[in-house]
Amino acid sequence: MTTADTKQSSALRVEIQQILSAQQQPTITILSSLLAVQDSMHYLPEEAIKETARFTGETTNEVWSVASFYTNFRFTPPGEKTLDVCWGPSCHLLGAQSILESVHSTLEVSEESESPDGKVTLKYNTCLGACAQGPCIAIDHRVFGKQTPETATKIAMDLRGLKS
Amino acid sequence: MPTPFEELKTRALKRWDEFTSGEKAWIRIGGGTSGQASGADSVFDSFKSTVEGLGANANVSMVGAMGLMYMEPQVDILMPDGVRVFYGNVEPDEAKNIVTQHVNDGKPLLDRAFAYSGGDGTTTGSLPALDSLPTVSYQERIATRNFGETDPHDLLQYIARGGYEALNRALTDMTPEQIVDEIKASGLRGRGGAAFPAGVKWGFLAPSTAPTKYVLCNCEEGDPGAFNDKGIIENDPHTLIEGLIINGYATRSTHGYVFIRTGHNLPIEAARKAIQDAYDVGLLGKNILGSEFSFEMEVSLTGDSYVAGEETALMEAIEGKRATPRFKPPFPAAAGLWQKPTNINNVKTLAYVPEIVRNGSGWFKDIGTETTSGTAIVCLSGHITYPGMYEIPMGMTIRDVLEKIGGGVSEGERIKVLQAGGPLNGLLGEDAFDTMIDFDAMSEAGASIGSGGIIVGNETTNVVDLLRNLIAFNQFESCGKCFPCRLGNTHMLEILDRMCQNKAKSTDLALIERVGLSMKAGSLCGHGQLGFNPIASALKYFGDEIEACLAGELPTPGVFGDGTMILPTRTRP
Repeated sequence: MTTADTKQSSALRVEIQQILSAQQQPTITILSSLLAVQDSMHYLPEEAIKETARFTGETTNEVWSVASFYTNFRFTPPGEKTLDVCWGPSCHLLGAQSILESVHSTLEVSEESESPDGKVTLKYNTCLGACAQGPCIAIDHRVFGKQTPETATKIAMDLRGLKS
Repeated sequence: MPTPFEELKTRALKRWDEFTSGEKAWIRIGGGTSGQASGADSVFDSFKSTVEGLGANANVSMVGAMGLMYMEPQVDILMPDGVRVFYGNVEPDEAKNIVTQHVNDGKPLLDRAFAYSGGDGTTTGSLPALDSLPTVSYQERIATRNFGETDPHDLLQYIARGGYEALNRALTDMTPEQIVDEIKASGLRGRGGAAFPAGVKWGFLAPSTAPTKYVLCNCEEGDPGAFNDKGIIENDPHTLIEGLIINGYATRSTHGYVFIRTGHNLPIEAARKAIQDAYDVGLLGKNILGSEFSFEMEVSLTGDSYVAGEETALMEAIEGKRATPRFKPPFPAAAGLWQKPTNINNVKTLAYVPEIVRNGSGWFKDIGTETTSGTAIVCLSGHITYPGMYEIPMGMTIRDVLEKIGGGVSEGERIKVLQAGGPLNGLLGEDAFDTMIDFDAMSEAGASIGSGGIIVGNETTNVVDLLRNLIAFNQFESCGKCFPCRLGNTHMLEILDRMCQNKAKSTDLALIERVGLSMKAGSLCGHGQLGFNPIASALKYFGDEIEACLAGELPTPGVFGDGTMILPTRTRP
């Protein structure tokens, strides 16, 4: 552990403490706290587990238990943009698997992960809530409907800053 | 001396008049998540900047989506003469043309529009009236009464159209017991999937005199294919807020929570703003509308977890813990959120409450069928011509919904299969299509309305592939608490995956049935208990196809040729 590590760690702790204290809603819990941190930082650094435990008066064990349960939480920084592709039954019938295949290819991934250039995180989503406009994708939670392999490829290329 | 509500009402009517009775046109663009997905945001921006640029005499609003999602982005223009004309599938670059001709020149583009309302029909050529369109005429809009009409972020618009009259009446004229009786008499049954009589449930909570009691609204809505809960909150949040406050008053509760999944930003923002606005005018907080009743409300966000939609797991999540179910008893009304007396209701159930209190239980009981009063809010998607959200009286047959409203199959020859009610419910074949949409009729047919989603598959649909998709969802979402569910779903998925790859074993069918039985016997909540349902119904309606698949006689589904499917590999620890 170098001085640089601990300095960075301290700065993170301060940032996280501020996020935790800034929660506006009356009911504050481990879950609400973790959601606040991820909402702001887009992932949960290890410091967030300890700070959330401290802030809520619970154990790190309890905090890890919650952080590891909900599948929206991640523990490494994401790509610059997050691309969700819906694989639910309605989008499935309308061609989601073909879209997933072309997005895999364009992002050079074979599963939910970051593209090699770190620009895009690919996530599979169970339902984006706009089934009537399926097949759906989302960019940072903003939903785009009626996708085809061609339109999804173009979007993925744009997100990587590549010419299509 | 006007009462607090009368003051609000006066302000609200004035506001509504500004939009509907003044000299300005009113351009309304349908929003919501479906609107967003169709590009409505760009259309709204375009109309707004065009109106400013041309100096047109018009207000431009993003309103709740009407639900005719096959027409989105939808734009309609109400002129001072009272005639309203509707345009569908509008592109942003059409704004200049439409604003110039329709608003500035007063000439609606009759060839471009798809319907009109208001006026006497003499100025709208051969355009059909909006309520003569089958996608509108078959509807009975109660929970969705404001869809397409009001700006969801504008509390006064909600009040202008009758909003909060019910709460006012409840607080001034009715006792909590009377309200519970009204809800019982209305026959309202829960719309979250279990169809339990709402009034009876409220009656379990009402008597206790505990100092802290909770009423919770479940908007987790994890069922793929269903978007009516989020739809109600993002398009007309106050119908839900008002319903929850009345629920609180009727059950002598002190706090209400609106439970929504993180990431669904439109309903989250709409709920938060609605709650804040309600506090600002005394519809929430201490002494609501000058009465003795005080009530607090907030939005509670959950992380991604389908099982968090199960009522006891929901309470765990609000408490900030893992969303795993609890044993019952104790039941929530006895010991629920933080072990205090609690009721949990679905968004749709609560969304009916203001109108039931306003119009009386008899009015609601007269709609629908003998066993199931009121309406169903159906979400149509998949291979259907007119996908959307449609509020229909209970008692309409599935076939009528598919043909008369849905316009039949969109591509291909015929509708082969329906996935109705979410992934813990059935796959239905054509034999089931004459079933009435009614809780008891559906149940007898081995089906369920569930959360209201109906996913339509045409003749190209591979039933085993669709089953695999559903079971994959169930497997991914198992909370893991009960081994029969966690391992059983994994095992069923393995078997279905084998079947799709034409590698089925002769013992697979018997095995999958046994696994399903042990899941049913050994699981604490519906997720495991009902996990075999999709397969059971597929065996009933598509037995031949499943036999053929087991015998290796069918082509492998999917994009890879070998029948495999892209699936997430994460599992819950």
